[in-house]
Amino acid sequence: MRVRLRYTKLGKVRFTSHRDVARLWERALRRAGLPVASTQGFAPRPRLHFGLALSTGHESLAEYLDVDLRDDAAGDVDLAALPAVLTPLLPPGLTVEAAGVSEAGEASLQQAVTQCTWWLDLPGSDPSWLVAEAARLLAAERLPVQRERKGRQVVDDLRPGILDLSVLGPATPVAPERGGPTGDGCIRLEAVLATQPRGIRPSELMGVFSPARPDPVHEGGRVVRARQVISAGGATREPLGLPGAATPAPHAVARAS
Amino acid sequence: MDDLWPRLEPLLARVSKPARYIGLEDGMVRADLGPRTVGWLLTYPDTYEVGLPNQGLQILYEILDERPDAAAERAYAPWVDLEALMREHGLPLFSVDSHRPATAFDVLAFNLSAELVYTNVLNCIDLAGIPLRSAERAATDPLVAAGGHCTYNPEPLADFLDFVVLGDGEAVVGEITEVLAEWKASGRGPDSRPHVLRELSHIPGVYVPSMYDVVYEGADLVAVTPRYPDVPEVVEKRTIADLAAWPYPKRQLVPLTEVVHDRLNVEVFRGCTRGCRFCQAGMITRPVRERPADQVRTMVAEGVRRTGYDEVALTSLSTADYSGIEDVVRDVIAADACTQPVSVSLPSLRVDAFTVGIATELQRARRTGLTFAPEAGTWRMRRVINKLISDEDLYGAVEAAYANGWRRMKLYFLTGLPTETDEDTLGIGRLARDCVEIGRRYHRSPSVTVSVGGFVPKAFTPFQWFGQNTVGELARKIGLLRDDLRHSRGVQLKWHDPKASLVEGIASRGDRRIGAVIEEVWRRGGTFQEWSERFDVDLWLDAMAAHGLSVDWYVHRHRREDETLPWDHLSAGLHKDFLWSDWRDALDEVGLEDCRWTPCYDCGACTGYGIEHVVASTSPPAGGSQGTGQGHGRVGVVAVGLPTGLRAVGR
Repeated sequence: MRVRLRYTKLGKVRFTSHRDVARLWERALRRAGLPVASTQGFAPRPRLHFGLALSTGHESLAEYLDVDLRDDAAGDVDLAALPAVLTPLLPPGLTVEAAGVSEAGEASLQQAVTQCTWWLDLPGSDPSWLVAEAARLLAAERLPVQRERKGRQVVDDLRPGILDLSVLGPATPVAPERGGPTGDGCIRLEAVLATQPRGIRPSELMGVFSPARPDPVHEGGRVVRARQVISAGGATREPLGLPGAATPAPHAVARAS
Repeated sequence: MDDLWPRLEPLLARVSKPARYIGLEDGMVRADLGPRTVGWLLTYPDTYEVGLPNQGLQILYEILDERPDAAAERAYAPWVDLEALMREHGLPLFSVDSHRPATAFDVLAFNLSAELVYTNVLNCIDLAGIPLRSAERAATDPLVAAGGHCTYNPEPLADFLDFVVLGDGEAVVGEITEVLAEWKASGRGPDSRPHVLRELSHIPGVYVPSMYDVVYEGADLVAVTPRYPDVPEVVEKRTIADLAAWPYPKRQLVPLTEVVHDRLNVEVFRGCTRGCRFCQAGMITRPVRERPADQVRTMVAEGVRRTGYDEVALTSLSTADYSGIEDVVRDVIAADACTQPVSVSLPSLRVDAFTVGIATELQRARRTGLTFAPEAGTWRMRRVINKLISDEDLYGAVEAAYANGWRRMKLYFLTGLPTETDEDTLGIGRLARDCVEIGRRYHRSPSVTVSVGGFVPKAFTPFQWFGQNTVGELARKIGLLRDDLRHSRGVQLKWHDPKASLVEGIASRGDRRIGAVIEEVWRRGGTFQEWSERFDVDLWLDAMAAHGLSVDWYVHRHRREDETLPWDHLSAGLHKDFLWSDWRDALDEVGLEDCRWTPCYDCGACTGYGIEHVVASTSPPAGGSQGTGQGHGRVGVVAVGLPTGLRAVGR
């Protein structure tokens, strides 16, 4: 059985890397005593499937992890209790908010997710400049950038991957009790960026502003992944919604208190 | 406001590996720094990933935090990128636990595990905003302290340290805390600093460098003497008699980011009496004190449950010597069967087939590489260094390893040892080729990695009088070996930079005059000298020259029996005449047996402190006579003193 977990990454813990978080999860799942299935072979590893990587220093309200449980023991696992069991075994800032079953045959997280909503808290920005720039970028036909791919310089067009940009105004606190962004002195830009066929990172988006801006976290700002979305056949949904959330969330069965 | 996090946070996005600085480890404690508690900032003067696993620091962290009158947090040397930003933004050295500035604590206590970190110690003191030299500090400044193996010759850092702890820290940190708590309660008056330092010098195991005068005659050091009658002439190390009374760490820190030795570590015994003459750790940590097997089992079981680690290391200087190691290993493996698989590693493997048997039992899944340390290429050379492994012992171990499915061997050697000839050096190549040959009987392409380090003599070893090989000589020997192994398939040669060995040599047996050199190297940007990309030998050679100090005098000349050594006013319990006679035996190629299983030869470590070996078995471990000298006989050495060194503890 494949279990899907949804968790946050907020505050100090955002400075851990994707790899660090993977190792934290391995230890937490062992401590919880969950019957995690192992890979075959010489050096068995727990069968964990992580979603899209989050850059070190960025935060998230919606990270996902799929865990394969051993079929012989999966029935004993109380999914509803999982968030409350796992959160204390993780460092502060990694909070499990929902657990559900991932249907058999479903695409992996990395393949399924098509777009992410980002909040970019930009310090010391002029809101009218931001609004004008957002409009300019959305109106542009092409936004070519140089990228390195397999050791070669290539030119990619970012424009198709920028699905929406909106300036939300002065940034408001996000989960301050967990160390999330305070919003102090920042303007919040909401960006919906595609993850396929080739994803756009928030730092790349800042690079096509005029003048180009660095990754907001490099100048004291914050970047939060607010949502990950699967868009298929005209409908959109989250990989696993929050229990009690307004959006339909077919798989969610629990939320951490 | 004491919390530096809001100012640190924006800088972290701009540095490499920012997770080094965030704390949050499972097992972390946020210290309550009240007026009645003595605050210790336990500092490892290297990066977080090197320093976090340090067991000594973690043990003291817990012991101090358990005390009502003490509180401890941790700091690590910030890497150069963050250091530059901290200096630019006026941020001081901080604790990773609650991100408080170093000066919020009463003691800045360093762990000294290696000499090349000395410039980092100065950098941390300076980053903390504390005056560099002890003499310049005011009553309100934190005390700067050090412990760890390098403190057996702390003289190069003497001017920068307020006090130094020799030996096991478990008990003595409490005694120091009590003196400091009283000092704090008294209000730390403007002239109180020398008084509290003098008070500290009365605690056994505590050395206060400023309480001693150093006398030179020309270039020669002739005496280090106490300035007051109540200050001890010789500072003796501290030794805890019973490891069972100190089951620490109880809650080993689990880091969020990858560190070295990233696993559960359980110390199974402290001390070693194999008597390898090059090995400072073995000399200064005597006698052997085993942890009871039941306590080991409990610490492993609870540690695995608490941390989620799937690997546990049973640590010591030679874990296969632990009484009943087979039973303990079997129990650990059996205990995990019902829960989660745990792999067990023995970091210091003895060179024999028995050890390979245990290792094979342990690593059922990941059977990749095994490491042995024959240390020298010929039997003659190994008699000199008292590492009494015969070629047959090594071949037996290697054969057993290949036969059991291991594919890669790693062999550690030293070069630049006393009396070493080119034949000894080339013996390393011969051993490596023979091991590959043995491997071919079992695999198509066996691999042997030979790792060669330049020997650096250390204080309180029989080799403390030996003149270290020059950089040129070490490089020549490594070159010989390279040429010899050039066409040997299956053998990879790796070596330690001889220039780094030279600098290690300057610091390891230096006196107080070397302090100015360390300061100058630090002032010229020479931090993180143990990192090859940062190491710069010219900084050191220039600083030595600038201060009129001779590298040859400090490092390369053989020292005389009658000369005053910079650490003669300190003691690891070992009699100087024992070390001298062991040095003469070495030159005569005479081995010395392991005193756990043979009569005491009165090195001084047990008798001087009225303590004994704590071992659960009066006979050598199964198959474990190899390397202990048994069966090889002793020539020309007469044991002195009574055989008081052994006690059978039936557990």
